[in-house]
Amino acid sequence: MSLLQVKNLVVEFPSRRGTLRALDDISFDIAPGEILGVVGESGAGKSLTGASIIGLLEPPGRVASGQILLEGQRIDHLSADEMRHIRGRKIGAIFQDPLTSLNPLYTVGRQLTETIESHLPVSRAEARQRAISLLQDTGIPAAEQRIDHYPHQFSGGMRQRVVIALALAAEPQLIVADEPTTALDVSIQAQIISLLKRVCKDRGAAVMLITHDMGVIAETCDRVAVMYAGRIAEIGPVRQVIEQPAHPYTRGLMACIPDMASDRSNLNQIEGAMPRLNAIPSGCAFNPRCTQASDRCRSDRPELMPAGATQAACWLHEKVSA
Amino acid sequence: MSEQSPLVVAHDLAMSFDVSAPWLNRVLEGKPRQRLQAVDGVSFQITRGQTLALVGESGCGKSTVARLLVGLYQPTRGTMQFDGQDAHAAYRSADARAIRQRIQMIFQDPYASLNPRWTVQAIIGEPLQEHGLIKDEAGLKDRVAELLRSVGLSAQDMGKYPHQFSGGQRQRISIARALATAPEFLVCDEPTSALDVSVQAQVLNIMKDLQRSRGLTYLFISHNLAVVRHVSDQVGVMYLGRLVELADKHTLFSQPRHPYTRMLLEAIPKMHQTGQSRTPVQGEVPNPLNPPSGCSFHPRCPQADERCKTERPALRQFQGIQIACHQA
Amino acid sequence: MTALIRRWLDSDVGYSFKTSPTAMVAACIALICVISAVFAEWVAPHNPFDLATLDLSDARLPPAWIEGGSTKFLLGTDDQGRDILSALIYGSRISLVVGLASVILSVLVGVTLGLLAGFRGGWLDAFLMRLCDVMLSFPAILVALLIAGVGRALFPNAHESLAFGVLILSISLTGWVQYARTVRGSTLVERNKEYVQAARVTGVAPMRIMGRHVLPNVLGPVLVLATIQVATAIITEATLSFLGVGVPPTSPSLGTLIRVGNDYLFSGEWWITIFPGLMLVLIALSVNLLGDWLRDALNPRLR
Repeated sequence: MSLLQVKNLVVEFPSRRGTLRALDDISFDIAPGEILGVVGESGAGKSLTGASIIGLLEPPGRVASGQILLEGQRIDHLSADEMRHIRGRKIGAIFQDPLTSLNPLYTVGRQLTETIESHLPVSRAEARQRAISLLQDTGIPAAEQRIDHYPHQFSGGMRQRVVIALALAAEPQLIVADEPTTALDVSIQAQIISLLKRVCKDRGAAVMLITHDMGVIAETCDRVAVMYAGRIAEIGPVRQVIEQPAHPYTRGLMACIPDMASDRSNLNQIEGAMPRLNAIPSGCAFNPRCTQASDRCRSDRPELMPAGATQAACWLHEKVSA
Repeated sequence: MSEQSPLVVAHDLAMSFDVSAPWLNRVLEGKPRQRLQAVDGVSFQITRGQTLALVGESGCGKSTVARLLVGLYQPTRGTMQFDGQDAHAAYRSADARAIRQRIQMIFQDPYASLNPRWTVQAIIGEPLQEHGLIKDEAGLKDRVAELLRSVGLSAQDMGKYPHQFSGGQRQRISIARALATAPEFLVCDEPTSALDVSVQAQVLNIMKDLQRSRGLTYLFISHNLAVVRHVSDQVGVMYLGRLVELADKHTLFSQPRHPYTRMLLEAIPKMHQTGQSRTPVQGEVPNPLNPPSGCSFHPRCPQADERCKTERPALRQFQGIQIACHQA
Repeated sequence: MTALIRRWLDSDVGYSFKTSPTAMVAACIALICVISAVFAEWVAPHNPFDLATLDLSDARLPPAWIEGGSTKFLLGTDDQGRDILSALIYGSRISLVVGLASVILSVLVGVTLGLLAGFRGGWLDAFLMRLCDVMLSFPAILVALLIAGVGRALFPNAHESLAFGVLILSISLTGWVQYARTVRGSTLVERNKEYVQAARVTGVAPMRIMGRHVLPNVLGPVLVLATIQVATAIITEATLSFLGVGVPPTSPSLGTLIRVGNDYLFSGEWWITIFPGLMLVLIALSVNLLGDWLRDALNPRLR
């Protein structure tokens, strides 16, 4: 059974200029212990997807329709109080900026023990022990001393390790990580990514990794969903999506990433830019930039359909049923 | 091998900043004056028409080097020669305009590098007016239109404001502004780091085309080695204010010699090797206020020995490249 | 002109205005007060300062709706037979002129000093900020009293306009500090932005960068502060006039009228002091509400 099921999720932003659809009919699953990558460019809606799942959608944004199910229970229309219990206990979150993810006024230990105590039935001493072992597990040296330090006494990479420890503190089954390594140096990125993989595999926690960096996705994820203009363009096992992308957008994206393996004189580029939310073309959102667009692409919006080893929302892969 | 003398020659450039606490705090708390050595003796040469890329992580000083080259800072030590003349003396002189016309800069943040209250025409036209290159209104508009077209935007965009453009388009406007005075040398400080991958590809392609058509020389600062591999001819790797390796692109990427360069290359997630686990670099970049003794990389280096801890290695020639390492 | 207004009404700020009843009512009231003050000669039913039209037999008449009042003097008359309504309108003109003038002076001084402090930094910044701290530690009224008193002592037979000048100066003397601080803070932020660095790389002179690049970007909060400060300035002027050190008695402002009327409060002729007081409250309140709305409308985070 899937751990997380997102079915036909629609997120809207009512504004005085009309209602903007930021997420338009998104559906995907995450199996227990799986690492799903959500990749896309700015404005594609990947952070919004994460925010909707955690229940941290900023008003006036709201879930207009669709369902989000965690272990079979609906969580998209829970009250703030109920959502608070789910957050932390069932779903943990890691955000981009380690500087603002931790409260600068409390020690790291206090923040950890507070989270543990509010979600798990343990004593204060037991919570502290767990916090220390969490810090040790995330690679913080001298954890017994550092647990009483304040966030500003840690460096950027160390802080992100503390944030990971905090996300895992109440033993959630799903971690939503929104660009966890973007603000870090390349060498620290590598450390944090391998740490995240290890601690999640050890605890059997599933991860939804949101990022724009395909390289990180390639290294870490089992499956990946490529988002474009609030929709999922392609979803499938990571190797297949990278090596044999089925959707023209994914193909274009892979071609324009400068990669260490190849050496071209000019990078491939996709003409144009992602449409703004109030100007999404009818039919397939990618059609104005697609070199293989047909009339059908301009009028009918494609659903995700099987395309080789992956699923792509593209009419090129439509199979005529016998 | 080109016989031309290099356009830009930097020799032992160094820059330190006074980061002491305010006077009152120093007196009351007994703290000493503190200086941050952001750049500590960097030397390189750039041939006309070529691109030197400087890579490194945060705190390595590459942005400071960029700002030194365009005259935003005066170096505390060392010199820079531009086309044979002392650049910083020119920046200080009354005729600084002459050199400023020939050197320009492109910045990282497309949202902060354009004045939100000015029209695109005013932004691109400012260098032209400042240097008195075009005096009449009509001529100015023509030149601005031409510059906009050369970066792939349209002449109608002149009357708009920056907030009406996307990140990639703003970066193109920045490039158009930098090209207004027909400079020979462009310093680019992470120009595509804040852009999406597909937009980055567009902007990098424009920059390469412009280099080919106008014979521009670039200093390209980046932390992204894949991008650097694509645009550069020569690559310099910096760590805590010093150059640790300087080589041409092909040699650096195929045979990295310095342990830090090797580790940086290892650290890049490789897209086409899915699922592979790497052993990442241990440790973090130390605090630049308190750099390690000797070779500043020794705490993280697997090959460090006693000599590395005490003696700072100088940048020297070695098999066609330059490297600062006792172990090479 | 209509095109400009229409474009403003369509903007985000205009939308916020159209949907805020408080803002619209406050704007209306403020507009009425300002227009009647500007066109006092045509709006006011009488000229209270024209001695020829005064008649002592009209003295101390109550407002028109009370037994003994007459519709000729809608809000009653004072001890000299002056129509209160007309005195209100003329008085609010004085109050508004003094209020606006002192705010304009404060803004000019404060913004300039704030820009200089933020842009140049160093000892100039430290000196100006300590100066601000000193100015803030004095109560505004005390400073104004001091200056007015000194002025009177130095120039006992001075011309009326000098007295106005001294008054405006004394009110703006403490007002400039908040602009200086706000602008300094914004300047410090803008100074490090890359468009300023780009201008420096091009070789633009620092003064030009300050005036043409930084200044337009730091003026936003100033507008809001200035609107709210108009109300404060009017009340400060009223306080000073009430204390007798404000405007000269020949051109009474609302404060003077309140003071004069105060003496008659306990003898039952309440209208002589209450109506000027209400007018003062009305102007100050409408301007304050307008300023509050403007601050929220211009705040991008709340939109």
